[in-house]
Amino acid sequence: MHMADALLSPAVGGTMWAVTAGLTIYSARKVKQDLDERKVPLMAVLGAFVFAAQMINFTIPATGSSGHLGGGMILAILLGPHAAFLTMASILTIQSLFFADGGLLALGCNIFNMGFFPCFIAYPFIYKKIIGNNPTNARIGTAATLAGVIALQLGAFFVVLETISSGISELPFSTFVLLMQPIHLAIGIVEGIVTAAVVTFVWKARPEILEMTEKHLAGEFSMKNVLAGLVIIAVLTGGMLSWFASAYPDGLEWAMFRTAGSEELADSGYKAHSALAGIQEKTAFMPDYTFKDNPSAIAEVAVDEESWPAVNTGTSTAGIIGGALTLLLAGLIGFALKWIGRNREISAGA
Amino acid sequence: MPKVEKTLGSMAALDDLALNETTLRSLDPRSKLITSLVFIVAVTSFGKYDLLSLLPLVIYPVSLIALGNIPAWEITKKILYVSPFAVFIGIFNPVFDREIIVQFGSFAIPGGWISFTVIMVKFALTVSVALILVATSGFDSVCLALAKLKVPQIFVVQLMFIYRYIFVMVDEASRMVRAHKLRSFRRSSIDFRIFVSMIGQLLLRTLDRAQRIHAAMISRGFTGEIRLTRELKAGLIDWIFVLGWSVFFILVRIYNIPELLGLLVMGGLT
Repeated sequence: MHMADALLSPAVGGTMWAVTAGLTIYSARKVKQDLDERKVPLMAVLGAFVFAAQMINFTIPATGSSGHLGGGMILAILLGPHAAFLTMASILTIQSLFFADGGLLALGCNIFNMGFFPCFIAYPFIYKKIIGNNPTNARIGTAATLAGVIALQLGAFFVVLETISSGISELPFSTFVLLMQPIHLAIGIVEGIVTAAVVTFVWKARPEILEMTEKHLAGEFSMKNVLAGLVIIAVLTGGMLSWFASAYPDGLEWAMFRTAGSEELADSGYKAHSALAGIQEKTAFMPDYTFKDNPSAIAEVAVDEESWPAVNTGTSTAGIIGGALTLLLAGLIGFALKWIGRNREISAGA
Repeated sequence: MPKVEKTLGSMAALDDLALNETTLRSLDPRSKLITSLVFIVAVTSFGKYDLLSLLPLVIYPVSLIALGNIPAWEITKKILYVSPFAVFIGIFNPVFDREIIVQFGSFAIPGGWISFTVIMVKFALTVSVALILVATSGFDSVCLALAKLKVPQIFVVQLMFIYRYIFVMVDEASRMVRAHKLRSFRRSSIDFRIFVSMIGQLLLRTLDRAQRIHAAMISRGFTGEIRLTRELKAGLIDWIFVLGWSVFFILVRIYNIPELLGLLVMGGLT
């Protein structure tokens, strides 16, 4: 589920980076306030544990295919949401820098997709609520599975949103969603079951560990804070990403145009229709997603429709010759630099 | 993610490349980090079909690889290893976008293939730059650069710590996996229940290890905060590096340099 830079636009990447940076600063502050200094080595070692565990494949029972642990839920259960978020972020950073598993621009998206949902949504609002005050095998199982499923569904959905709003992949929304959600439903169930199994194992072997980590969780998780955070995220993404909204017709309008010759249904003549249409016209304060009666806005949209993404491929013959030359030059520069470097080494060593 | 046994070797190898005595090593890690980020933003800002104008940006990773004495094949291998995901998404472009936009006489290329190639070129550029960062600066220096650039201290400390302990934990995990492989009959992935008890045991040992580490830190004077005391000095060459490359990236973004070059050559020939 790691996103690559190549499929992302700077706008989407930048927005998600802003959101992730905010969450990181917030979590860092919360972890500092937490008086348990044991968390510092614990975060690191558990992070390394999850990193290592992710590399071990196991056979998924009844299917024969293999899977591996994600780890976000286990971290949240053992560390609490803020520390777990920072730990997930550090794991993803290392994966990005050493294995190119997810790009650097996409790191903001990846940390959000794979850190925010398990730690700040699934853990406090699903897992903890179901576990309540006395965990039993059954409760741990249900809680972890449900939390895992929801965390992964949300994460996968946001991957789709981020890719579609970047506008680089041609995959239509519906196809992409139908691809991503079912696969991640399966992954989520497996993740939940593995989390439940491991947590149960730890709980049976050392029940005091879970109690210890439960006690140190800083207070109640405020629904208000999360809602405020979500509103900010929505405003940021909606505001910034709408600049890049396509002026081209959407799927339904396109299909309409091809079949009926116009993008909207002509007046059908039924009285009820026209009455309702009249009401809608009066109440809609943003018809067609722009402000009403703004002639300059309408003119702008018309112009934009022609210039957005102006397919100026620059693929004239000159361009192609130049392109080949550019690659050749780049290669020559590379070799030249290497040759200079080697000469310098030799003369330095002599 | 690569196999357990090979992971540590490849991580250490990438980090060790930074020990090479090269000009790049004397640069402040912040300049390399910032320039790489500007590069990535520049690359990703190119439009769907801007294949040719994108090409001059190849010079940046090529120069870094050459100056940093990095084995190009190692980087290429890693790029190929992670490319399947990008290919899988990108390959839908030719499927959905069949409008012809380039024509060479009777040879017509649909837009989808051009945008697919653009995706793959962008992928190679951004991935190589991310890997080159550690290969030319070393992971500790990159973390230090992050700290000096105001990334929350606790996160940078977490990065450095987790890097240290990844070697320990992956080593333990690979021993468990090897022991299992030697005792199982040619099964390449582990049975679910066995996996759970393996991971559970590993987790318990991890938690114990964390307690021992904490005790060791306390007995050495740890009071809750870790301070990074190394200094970073940015010199004139750092400013030239960052500004020079950034100006180049902006120029490439604004002007279609291959086209200009081609026109020049064609003009010279006629």
